[in-house]
Amino acid sequence: MLDTPVVLEMRSITKTFPGVKALDQVRMTVREREIHAICGENGAGKSTLMKILSGVYPHGTYEGEIVYQGEEVRFKDIKSSERAGIVIIHQELALIPELSIAENIFLGNEVAAPLGIDWDATREKAAELLARVDLNLSPDEQVKNIGVGQQQLVEIARALAKDVKLLILDEPTSALNEEDSAHLLDLLRDLRAKGMTSIMISHKLNEIAAIADSITIIRDGKTVETLDAGAGEVDEDRIIRGMVGRSLDHRFPDHTPNIGETFFEVRDWWVEHPTVADRMVCKGSAFEVRHGEIVGFAGIMGAGRTELARSIFGRSYGRFRGGEILIDGEPVELHTVQQAIDHKIAYVPEDRKVQGLNLLDSILDTIVSADLRRITKRRVLDTDLAFLASEHYRKSLNIRTPSVRQGVAKLSGGNQQKALLGKWMFPEPDLLILDEPTRGVDVGAKYEIYGLVQRLADAGKGVVVISSELPELLGLCDRIYTIFEGRVTGVLDREQADQESLMRLMTGTSPALTN
Amino acid sequence: MTSLKQLFGGGARQFGMVFALIALVIIFQIATGGKVLTPTNAQNIINGNSYVLILAIGMVLVIIAGHIDLSVGSVAAVVGIIVALAIRDWGIPWWAGILLGLAVGAVIGAWQGFWVAYVGIPGFITTLAGMMFFRGANQYIGKSNTVPVPEEIQTLGAGYLPEWGPNTGLNNWTLLLGILAIAGVVYGELRKRRSARRLGGTPVPLWVSITRMVALGAVIAYATVLFGSGRVGTSFPVSGVILGVLVLLYGFVSSRTITGRHVYAVGGNKVAAALSGVNIRRTNFFVMMNMSVLAALAGIVFIGRSTASGPFDGTNWELDAIAAVFIGGAAVSGGVGTVVGSLIGGLVMAVLNNGLQLMGVGSDSTQMIKGLVLLAAVAFDVYNKVQGRPSIVGLLMKGARRGRPADPGPDDSTAGTGAVPVSQNETLARS
Repeated sequence: MLDTPVVLEMRSITKTFPGVKALDQVRMTVREREIHAICGENGAGKSTLMKILSGVYPHGTYEGEIVYQGEEVRFKDIKSSERAGIVIIHQELALIPELSIAENIFLGNEVAAPLGIDWDATREKAAELLARVDLNLSPDEQVKNIGVGQQQLVEIARALAKDVKLLILDEPTSALNEEDSAHLLDLLRDLRAKGMTSIMISHKLNEIAAIADSITIIRDGKTVETLDAGAGEVDEDRIIRGMVGRSLDHRFPDHTPNIGETFFEVRDWWVEHPTVADRMVCKGSAFEVRHGEIVGFAGIMGAGRTELARSIFGRSYGRFRGGEILIDGEPVELHTVQQAIDHKIAYVPEDRKVQGLNLLDSILDTIVSADLRRITKRRVLDTDLAFLASEHYRKSLNIRTPSVRQGVAKLSGGNQQKALLGKWMFPEPDLLILDEPTRGVDVGAKYEIYGLVQRLADAGKGVVVISSELPELLGLCDRIYTIFEGRVTGVLDREQADQESLMRLMTGTSPALTN
Repeated sequence: MTSLKQLFGGGARQFGMVFALIALVIIFQIATGGKVLTPTNAQNIINGNSYVLILAIGMVLVIIAGHIDLSVGSVAAVVGIIVALAIRDWGIPWWAGILLGLAVGAVIGAWQGFWVAYVGIPGFITTLAGMMFFRGANQYIGKSNTVPVPEEIQTLGAGYLPEWGPNTGLNNWTLLLGILAIAGVVYGELRKRRSARRLGGTPVPLWVSITRMVALGAVIAYATVLFGSGRVGTSFPVSGVILGVLVLLYGFVSSRTITGRHVYAVGGNKVAAALSGVNIRRTNFFVMMNMSVLAALAGIVFIGRSTASGPFDGTNWELDAIAAVFIGGAAVSGGVGTVVGSLIGGLVMAVLNNGLQLMGVGSDSTQMIKGLVLLAAVAFDVYNKVQGRPSIVGLLMKGARRGRPADPGPDDSTAGTGAVPVSQNETLARS
């Protein structure tokens, strides 16, 4: 591959967000007609780099230069990068469900007729593009009626409609099943053979090893190295070594668990999807948590981990269709979130900005917001009590801010997450369910959050950690449940568990285990 | 800069509004040759706007929760005609008429709250329907006639506090209210200082407290003399007293009760609020129902002022109330706003109306000016948000900053600290 000409070079790219240096002197070289993979842990800066390349972060908001097809380019928005033939397909698909495939493909790029849109030409061209991505559907089909894998192909067709020369795919297979993933990878190979250059961000190292011609590895916002598949440098272990860069032992604080009696049990839990009738998102799930124990929930996206947690947390998701919750051996009814809080349960949601925080609030208001009754005197809120409580959590959680009266929106991701944890520690729960507690959080804050989880467990609380990062579960948890398609498929003790065994249970490729 | 902010307390946006209001009064006072600040005119401003200000108090809660209520004028009108007819035709006493009116308001509020909170129809649609329905209901019930109301109701809308006690040269009730208000300001200030000390912080410098007390005290004392020194038999208006009680009550409810915090939580992030145990439906129901009860009260005060209930009462009130709330700093997207801010926003509009009228400006031009003021006030907020600068103070004091190093105080969230994004303009302003 080293003999083909360079099509893109990003030099010394540095990007700073308030309080965080997301990218530090990152460099990347992409050659013509290759599939170039970018690897790195969550929060390493991969998506930020691609947003710079595609003009989402315009020229002037970062330092460094981008040389594309031999010339320095300064994109001011997505449109200008698209005119140069660079098209990004984001992890969250950007299709409009109510519109047809053809309308989606040409959205913002309509086929003009003298008056309005030439619908015949639109349909005809859409059909051609669908053939190119090997998708056998009518261009008039509404997008909401087709599967996720097919939607991903429509996205690629849409990129092709824009005369794409450099295609960027951010986690293209994260939402796809194996068959769809394989199909997508075949299509990428096919496009490469026809002259397309692609950049692909992926967490699935087996896919990268199978398809990539070269790999740029980013760690903590810095380029670590570039691997060339042609030189036989690429295998999964090699990539992991580059990505992690340090021994896994030091990512978690030392901890000796002190596990007591079982106090929280869920039995035969059934939940129906809130809008799709007859679709069960929890199918007879059961689990238990002991005092002082950190329990992990592993599963691929859409397996039903969050659905299980939220349906337990005061039925805040889906329709309850049966099951039992026992606290200290006594059955309890948790119909509302308030009842769940009253029974000393806390749920820290996965998306802190959408589900966790009111971004208009101060840190002070945030921390007391899940249990206002504790700061009232004769039914009147006592601002002094609220201040003292929030100061307590600012200190004990090490939330870095000049004052608790500052807006929570101004905090960095890690500090926001700590404020959110403070909000849910304030009601002093016995059981904390943490959904993706370290998503979008930098490495330092991760370590602090792990320490915090361990301290909570040492205080005798039960902690449930839902995470998509298996190393996190393996490093943190005393016991890990695996969930696949709404069912608990197994439970492994810390000693038994490794990535492989978990992955087999998470993907349903191994018969259910119980112990 | 820091001390200035300390001087005017936390709500910088509200300080800006107070500043604008005072500036407006002074400008009109000069332009009209002293016609604005006369006892009679000041009493008129309060009497002629108290019903809109009452609506603004309810409307700010509705808007904070992320809804809007277009029906308030029609609700006020239908309650007005029911109260007037019940007193005239059924012969019930005036106080029973008021209770009946408030009860009708509560029923209407429950009706609208049901659709918004429990069925999920957007407030805009529900209350647009209510606006049409209750306007029609007013004219159907009253057969489009004008129905007079008794003396007692008229006192509510246009009356004055009685005279009593020794001759102080002022109306004694007004004097008493003024003294109570000043005492309240002093008590609040001392309490704030005590609380700061107890929490282990340093209270603001003593001179700041004293200046604040003296400044506020002087304004209240002036207002007391202004309202109390009119011709004998006049005082601070009864409708103003009702308004004052409501401002204190709702200011307290919105900031110091769980219900109030829940309104802000629902408007700020509904999903997060639901996952924090907030009963979203009950909160939405409360704000919609509360709005209609206040609309009923506004309707009763208004028929008192105009001595009768008519078929076109309350036309366009919803727009005046909504404008007051947005001038007062509320956000269209919900979650932001204050009762006091809305009161000041409403007073800005009222003074503008009154001053222009006294200057002999026609109602056509007045409408145009009011429209531009609303746009300018909200544009100012939006601009400041885009600039990452939250306050009008920052802009006003831009020049004053230039000579002084930034000095981040405990409640100064915009200045100085490394973790805070600093906009380019601000950097320029500081250098």
